[in-house]
Amino acid sequence: MPERRHSNSYIPLAFVGLLILLVITAFGSLGLGVVPVGEVFDAVWRSTNDPVRTIVYEVRLPRILLAVLIGVALGTSGAAYQALFRNPLADPFIVGASSGAATGATLVIVMGWTGAIAGIGATSIGAFAGTLLAVWLVYAIASVGRMPSVTMLLAGAAISTMLSGLVWLMMALANEQFQKILYWLMGGLNGKGMPEVARTWPLLLGGAGVLCLLGRPLDAVCCGEDVARSLGLRVGAIFAVVLAAASLVVATSVAVGGIVGFIGLAAPHLARPLVGAAHVRLIPASGLIGAVLLLIADGIARSIVPPLELPLSAITALIGGPIFLIVLRRTASHATGGT
Amino acid sequence: MALVAAKLGCGYRNRAVFANVSLRIEPGELLAVLGPNGAGKTTLLKALSRLVRPTAGTVTLDGLDVWQLPPSTVAAHVAFAPQVLAPDWPFTVYEFVSLGRAPHRGWWRPLTTADRRVIDESLEKLSVTALRHRTVTELSGGEWQRVRLAKALTQQPQVLLLDEPTAHLDPRFQLDLLTAIRQLTRTQNLAVVMTLHDLNLVGPWADRVALLAHGGLLAVGSPNDVLTTDILATAYGVRLAVAPHPLTAMPSISLAPHVGKSS
Repeated sequence: MPERRHSNSYIPLAFVGLLILLVITAFGSLGLGVVPVGEVFDAVWRSTNDPVRTIVYEVRLPRILLAVLIGVALGTSGAAYQALFRNPLADPFIVGASSGAATGATLVIVMGWTGAIAGIGATSIGAFAGTLLAVWLVYAIASVGRMPSVTMLLAGAAISTMLSGLVWLMMALANEQFQKILYWLMGGLNGKGMPEVARTWPLLLGGAGVLCLLGRPLDAVCCGEDVARSLGLRVGAIFAVVLAAASLVVATSVAVGGIVGFIGLAAPHLARPLVGAAHVRLIPASGLIGAVLLLIADGIARSIVPPLELPLSAITALIGGPIFLIVLRRTASHATGGT
Repeated sequence: MALVAAKLGCGYRNRAVFANVSLRIEPGELLAVLGPNGAGKTTLLKALSRLVRPTAGTVTLDGLDVWQLPPSTVAAHVAFAPQVLAPDWPFTVYEFVSLGRAPHRGWWRPLTTADRRVIDESLEKLSVTALRHRTVTELSGGEWQRVRLAKALTQQPQVLLLDEPTAHLDPRFQLDLLTAIRQLTRTQNLAVVMTLHDLNLVGPWADRVALLAHGGLLAVGSPNDVLTTDILATAYGVRLAVAPHPLTAMPSISLAPHVGKSS
């Protein structure tokens, strides 16, 4: 077998490449839609009440910023969950975080709770509480004894299914809000503007930043609890911080964009061949890839059958699904192939 | 730096694994821990390395209770190489071995030149320098055993605790690895404790033997004193033939059919 090198020389290049890709997709997305590309970039010089300028600055730009923020959130949290659960199939959806957020937020909508704490809306708080509860439950069930990876997947799937049932039940019982909840559950950035960007960026980037800083401890965690503890790592504290940060970004992104599946799963798997497994590099790279994927998915969602807006979760599922299956297939053949 | 276990007892939930184990491990000494399956060999190593909290007794490092010290301080002096499979993630050997620097430099500061020198030396001592850019997922069983030992050495410990370092190794690699471990014991003045399954590896390599069986420490002493037919029969429940090895004159143990069952 040829020696696979992860010498440090080309890794900065990989990051520069990802950044360039991000800028290209962002500008590409800026030019998608009824306003032609040429006019979009003209908008910078137009007067403030020009309709093209309004579209670019108040519709497209915030939407692109949100796509980048949510993509970063899902990518970094996906990589963190995979390390924490020591499972290549872990992602915000599988570990129950997304459905927990959906349940919490739906409950808040149905109950008609409003208000805010420190500028964070009731829906976001409900989403965060739901996420923490669901992920903690999955972890508590799956980590009894030395759990094989399949236990976590089963626990996560079971809890996600239960919570989805709960969401449907709440929707059915509160039928005047059915439409609102359904629309939100499907996921999408349609109609989101600068206020959403302003409200969410500190949470999303803050949480993602914390995850990026925890790269080295996560390297130890995913080598197993005994290895991590033999290096003097306080595993419990790292678990708590990573779980809280990852759940914060997932809950925030679900509260603003609904459930967007598969980005959290796919991004780390695409990042590993580029930058290796060390989490100091893997987590930021997963964030960048997540942003690129979400920009592409959102671009498709709003431009493929104009003027219709397709649900974002459907697009990411159609892109992410095949990737998930390839990973699953590879894992299966790896397990039976032996070393 | 001496590691001392005093009247140590360990157990999980309601099941006691062993009790009243007292051991003293001195620098420059290689202690082999033997015992039948389930006697608590791994649990003893975990208790000595502050991974498992004992239910009774204490573990002290130069007179200080390890549970009064922060885990990173213990890890900077005591390196435990647990018997684990290589992680499923494509870390390079270098990345994995460099984790051993964490107890000294913390989890956030990047590697310094001094750190890199320690890592290079550990790789060199275990003859795995050529594997440094390979991913741990591609290693053979023998290569992984040496890599996990290199990680433990990178912790620059005074006490080295090795769980089954020779498991799954060919005779050649067993010989190389045990020679390397004994050399490190002597040259670096390390206190080394290792668990072993193969009774024949004990005599030529270990200075002392501790035999765990039936919930306690059955015997401690030189290989010649502990590896006798009677003591082994009590521990393992079978009578084993013990004879001086033709080359080393150390106890050589063999299992014979039919005559084996002890009454």
